[in-house]
Amino acid sequence: MSSDVRFTDFKSDKQPTWCPGCGDFGTMNGMMKALANTGNDPDNTFIVAGIGCSGKIGTYMHSYALHGVHGRALPVGTGVKLANPDLEVMVAGGDGDGYSIGAGHFVHAVRRNVDMSYIVMDNRIYGLTKGQASPTSRDDFETATTPEGPQQPPVNPLALALASGATFIAQSFSTDAQRHAEIVQEAIEHDGFGFVNVFSPCVTFNDVDTYDYFRDSLVDLAEEGHDPTDYDAAKNKILDASKEYQGVVWQSEKSIPYGEKRGLDTDMSRVDEGAPEGAMDLVREFY
Amino acid sequence: MPADFNWAIGGEAGDGIDSTGKIFAQALSRAGRHVFTSKDFASRIRGGYTAYKIRTSVDPVQSVVDRLDVLIALTPRTIEENLEELHEGSVIVYDGERTTMANVEIPDGMVGLDVPLKRLAEEAGGAIMRNVVALGAACEVTGFPIENLDSALEKRFASKGQALVDNNKEAARSGQDYVAEECDVDLGYELETTDSDYVLLNGDEAIGMGAIAAGCKFYAGYPITPATDVMEYLVGRIERFGGHVVQAEDELSAINMALGAARAGARSMTATSGPGIDLMTETFGLVATSETPLVIVDVMRSGPSTGMPTKQEQGDLNGLLYGGHGEIPRFVLAPTTISECFWKTVEAFNLAEKYQTPVYLVADLSMAVTEQTFTPETFDMDDVEVDRGKVVDEETLDEWQNEKGQFKPHAITDDGVSPRAFPGTVDGAHMSTGLEHDELGRRTEDTGMRVEQVDKRNRKVGTAREEETWDPREFGDPDSETLVISWGSNEGPMTEAIEMLAGEGIDLHFLSVPYIFPRPDLTDAVEAAERVVVVECNATGQFADIVEHDTLTRVDRINKYDGVRFNADELAAEIKATVAETEVTQ
Repeated sequence: MSSDVRFTDFKSDKQPTWCPGCGDFGTMNGMMKALANTGNDPDNTFIVAGIGCSGKIGTYMHSYALHGVHGRALPVGTGVKLANPDLEVMVAGGDGDGYSIGAGHFVHAVRRNVDMSYIVMDNRIYGLTKGQASPTSRDDFETATTPEGPQQPPVNPLALALASGATFIAQSFSTDAQRHAEIVQEAIEHDGFGFVNVFSPCVTFNDVDTYDYFRDSLVDLAEEGHDPTDYDAAKNKILDASKEYQGVVWQSEKSIPYGEKRGLDTDMSRVDEGAPEGAMDLVREFY
Repeated sequence: MPADFNWAIGGEAGDGIDSTGKIFAQALSRAGRHVFTSKDFASRIRGGYTAYKIRTSVDPVQSVVDRLDVLIALTPRTIEENLEELHEGSVIVYDGERTTMANVEIPDGMVGLDVPLKRLAEEAGGAIMRNVVALGAACEVTGFPIENLDSALEKRFASKGQALVDNNKEAARSGQDYVAEECDVDLGYELETTDSDYVLLNGDEAIGMGAIAAGCKFYAGYPITPATDVMEYLVGRIERFGGHVVQAEDELSAINMALGAARAGARSMTATSGPGIDLMTETFGLVATSETPLVIVDVMRSGPSTGMPTKQEQGDLNGLLYGGHGEIPRFVLAPTTISECFWKTVEAFNLAEKYQTPVYLVADLSMAVTEQTFTPETFDMDDVEVDRGKVVDEETLDEWQNEKGQFKPHAITDDGVSPRAFPGTVDGAHMSTGLEHDELGRRTEDTGMRVEQVDKRNRKVGTAREEETWDPREFGDPDSETLVISWGSNEGPMTEAIEMLAGEGIDLHFLSVPYIFPRPDLTDAVEAAERVVVVECNATGQFADIVEHDTLTRVDRINKYDGVRFNADELAAEIKATVAETEVTQ
């Protein structure tokens, strides 16, 4: 780790192929700033992403990274972090990746509470497959696969996280660059699983959940004087469907990360040249 | 008295059959006798017929046979299930005071020993020790020194306190005394003991032990029969060597966690059975394309779908060899004995890292749940070698950078193997992806690079064919006109069948193949033989198809897919019949 790392050091020389105006640009910039601000550098950072527009993020950033299969980024991040606790692990995904195909992993990653951050670019649509309903699409949102709307309520990712025992839940808006970067930074600094749902609008396929919509409706929890360590207050905000919030909604003061609970503090990449010392005891157990 | 002795305890699941059998197997092993066990169990927690069988001899034993000398029957069904294996003079120990056993009929010519197991156990301290009373009775019947049973009971119960150990010893004595005093029989059995010290373990345990020996530090898995024992073995042991086990939420998660740990540089493994392999297949392609070393264990059971989860089969071979979309370079190793489960696991880790490729290690239920005795030297840890392949560090990394100073994790090389930089290595930051990529790991659809990367990955297999040894294990007479080929756990019964048939003047040449891909070239051996028989536990002859494909020669097939492993005398009879049949037609 070096102190003179700038956020641009996390930028690769690959030009993003996201649509002009895509919310993911801002999401990514905030992630890079937050990583630099927390004293990380590309060589100690591991970014995991799944598939879709969000999944491309590892290509445009510079760090150790894996771009995996759809919906499975959280387990990969879990394996990386447990195998080498010295790494800063950040998992990035989209609403389809995280709340549809990967919803099961989301629930279990939350309850496992591994010390990593999870940034979800939530645009409430499937972008890369060209405009189908996602798990966070509104129930009357007409798309190519749901001409009359999904006719089922959207997933509330913050509620799902809270119900699964999350220790850090936040929400941000990719265009509000300063606040977004601050919130991601708090997720990184949290001892445990730091979950941030980012409103990251799709300018091509979603004409409902637009920049204007979020600008007009977003309420900042910090300005409201919300106390994120107050569980009941957090629960009320999360279940209040009438408003869109940004800020840290819930942060447990009792969070103990999985690795700490299990005493995992060493880099597992080191292996002896032969069988480890004392391995013959394993055989003697079978007498 | 025959050279080997066969014993079983049977009853309902939940009767403690498994632990009782294991105690007796350990007692025999501690008395310097070789042991081979087999289990017959149903896919339910309580109820349903279940049995634990032991074949024991002062010589090594590799298989089960169709004979039972002493049977402890806790239920009438235990006798029915084993009628074919019981013979004149077989001893059946039962508790006639148990309601269901009150009017049990002992078949003609057999010896029924009515021992009040429950009552004697209660007198010794608790009905739960009923099975230990039966073991004491078995000691008396077989002339086996009960001190060896004491030692096994101590091992089993020591952690629960000396009082429990003493009660169990007393229960065993009461069973022994009852038979000695009340049952007027002399069966002529005298189980000989030796000074040897053997270890007794099953295939799943050998795989877990091999993983730790090889330096595996990370394991993620999801419980599934019959692979769960691998995870249960590792938990509590791998931690002593700086590793960790995660019980994942499903198989998809398990393989992805293992992949993540492997990318962080840890030697990493997952184990599952066929249905789990299906779920892991998508990520298997990513593992190969991202060139991540990973060991994936498949302990086969009867399929397809849920099939028969607690029964034997070798039906996954085609899936492991060809499964997944696109073309995926891989290694498939198939241990043929329990000790090979250990050594092939070690080899799997070295192959995975040397070639940065996923390795399937395929075992089968019979091998995984069967216990066998070995000398401790069979698992000599000094013989374990660790080869991590082309790992670069800060000093050597610059050889693999492009003109802009970027690290090339997927560099095109002559041997197909690229350099590997563990995260944390300064200036080594790079991404890897399941998308087709260039040398930097970045997505590309460039036609030239696509071909170069596909060729590079496939080149690893060619390099490995040249650099590594892929020999079969050879048995019998190489000049025999009959060549038998098998894979997996069939080796044990087959080696015994060879001896049986040699006694009848039928000599066989037998090749047991531990490598499915790459695999040995069997052409010369096949062409030298008059007839070739491929033995395997599946219906369609998946390995026989491969042999035909490789050698362009038709082969005979012996297939068993009723859920039960081959036993030695059955296999000998089948081979004898095949030999006779081909003689008639020639």
